Amino acid sequence: MSDTQELILEAKHVTKRYPVSGGRTLTACRDVSLHFYRGRTLGIVGESGCGKSTFLRMVASLEKPDEGEILYRGQDLAKLKGEKLRQHRQKIQMVFQDPAAAFSPKMKVMDIICEPLLNFKRIKRSEKEAAARKFLEMVELPGEFALRYPHHMSGGQRQRIGIARALTLEPELILCDEATSSLDVSVQKTITELLVKLQREKQIAYGFVCHDVALVQSLAHQVAVMYLGNVMEILPGDQAASGCVHPYTKALIGSVFDLHMDFQKPIESMDDEAPSPFDMLSGCPFQSRCPRCMEICRRERPALKEIGEGHLAACHLAAQGETE
Amino acid sequence: MLSIREISVAYGNNPVPAVENFSLEMKRGEIVSIVGESGSGKTSVIRAVLGCLPGGGQVSRGNISFEGRLMSELGKEEWQRLRGTEISMIFQDSGAMLNPVRRIGSQYVEYIRTHEKISRRAAWEKGARMLEQMRLPDGEHIMRSYPFQLSGGMRQRVGIAMAMTFQPKLLLADEPTSALDVTTQAQIVRQMLKLREEYHTGIIMVTHNLGVAAYMADRILVMKEGHIVDAGTREQILNHPSSAYTRNLLDSVPAMGGYRFV
Repeated sequence: MSDTQELILEAKHVTKRYPVSGGRTLTACRDVSLHFYRGRTLGIVGESGCGKSTFLRMVASLEKPDEGEILYRGQDLAKLKGEKLRQHRQKIQMVFQDPAAAFSPKMKVMDIICEPLLNFKRIKRSEKEAAARKFLEMVELPGEFALRYPHHMSGGQRQRIGIARALTLEPELILCDEATSSLDVSVQKTITELLVKLQREKQIAYGFVCHDVALVQSLAHQVAVMYLGNVMEILPGDQAASGCVHPYTKALIGSVFDLHMDFQKPIESMDDEAPSPFDMLSGCPFQSRCPRCMEICRRERPALKEIGEGHLAACHLAAQGETE
Repeated sequence: MLSIREISVAYGNNPVPAVENFSLEMKRGEIVSIVGESGSGKTSVIRAVLGCLPGGGQVSRGNISFEGRLMSELGKEEWQRLRGTEISMIFQDSGAMLNPVRRIGSQYVEYIRTHEKISRRAAWEKGARMLEQMRLPDGEHIMRSYPFQLSGGMRQRVGIAMAMTFQPKLLLADEPTSALDVTTQAQIVRQMLKLREEYHTGIIMVTHNLGVAAYMADRILVMKEGHIVDAGTREQILNHPSSAYTRNLLDSVPAMGGYRFV
């Protein structure tokens, strides 16, 4: 299926480590390889601390990978510097989790939206209000909001401003880091609808990081599941509910409270917590919590292997063709 | 056990009450979920029950009674006896409730000795035992830790352990799983359901997560802008919601394998 799609950005074996006190290192991302295609959404799910936000920050060139490379249309982002890097930033924009913290409280909405345009000299100062109104309309807000301050708006309205700001430079890729997580469900739904509508109109690629598996699988073409910095499984969004094979993905989905679930059945959950991300053991990162851990899992780290069309899993069970 | 009759809660000089005409009758061992979006007044309701409304909030109308006693007529000492023993509360982040510069054990012992005349040693042991009952490994070790040394899920379990020390008849839970990962959330929810089995504790669960609310509750109340818009058993609310608001809310919850946007 990837033959017909236009590849925008490719992460190849990206690893990021942070030094921590006591001479230890924290491996936030380990050997992550993911692809972003034009007009498609890559969803990334996982528990807190699994490295999903770190990965997004590397894609946005806010952090540099220690190993591996991130290629934007064939060009290694780590090698970009100065003005070239600045020009490149127009192509990839970001929407943050907390829309209240993402804006300067002293700036009016029109200044917030038009700041990127002015930075890259795409409009003149005199055109600011008209430009702001145009983008407000795009995110389905009234044009008068241009003169307001962010604290005069609700959370959902502010998140729309965040999206409007990300749209101004006509990026090819928008990265959403828990962009809907702080919103109420009904608002979350309208924001999701807006994102999907914009994607259809402009063929934007999204990187959508979220801890809500149910939401991610409802809007992503591809879902990547991360655990302690490792990609455990990559699968098409429409198969996430039924087609997952990795025990971690199953555990993650099993612990989702669903309105259509069988309420008599006790909720599944893993009993212990994720192990410390510091000193990585050899073998599979999920071995300590996996209900089907085998001898080989303790020795050897499973590689991501294709097990179906657009479906990859890093699990020895899946590699042996023994998934149920 | 608990009876809330037509209460209104108002803050400061704000003429619009945060909660209006809220009523709820609860039996022992019953679990009631209050769901609603932010600003719907759900937290105000349970804070009013515990008599700890923040920022000049007060119950302006109606009354609340617990086991036949009117809460508004309780003196300061009676309140002290009630809170933390018969009625207790867990918060969204139990880490924020704990003093960051004191070890868990020292705070736990202080709490136990406020309500019960026992020695430090006995209080320590009681605390450690409670922590182990909440499936925290090695209670002694946790007692000697500072709050920041524990993960969010562990801190939340410490909060539940503390709230359950005196086997309260009523547990008020204010978004206890909202800051947690889904896997940890499932553990905490299971833990809370066990409280009812073991101690016959009644629980008021305030949450914006409809899935959690539905899973736990016998009855669900849906609030919007300070009013109850829907109330009934889980089956009634999920399958036959009477208000359009509830229907819209239920439709907005993403489901595994459900509606897809793309």
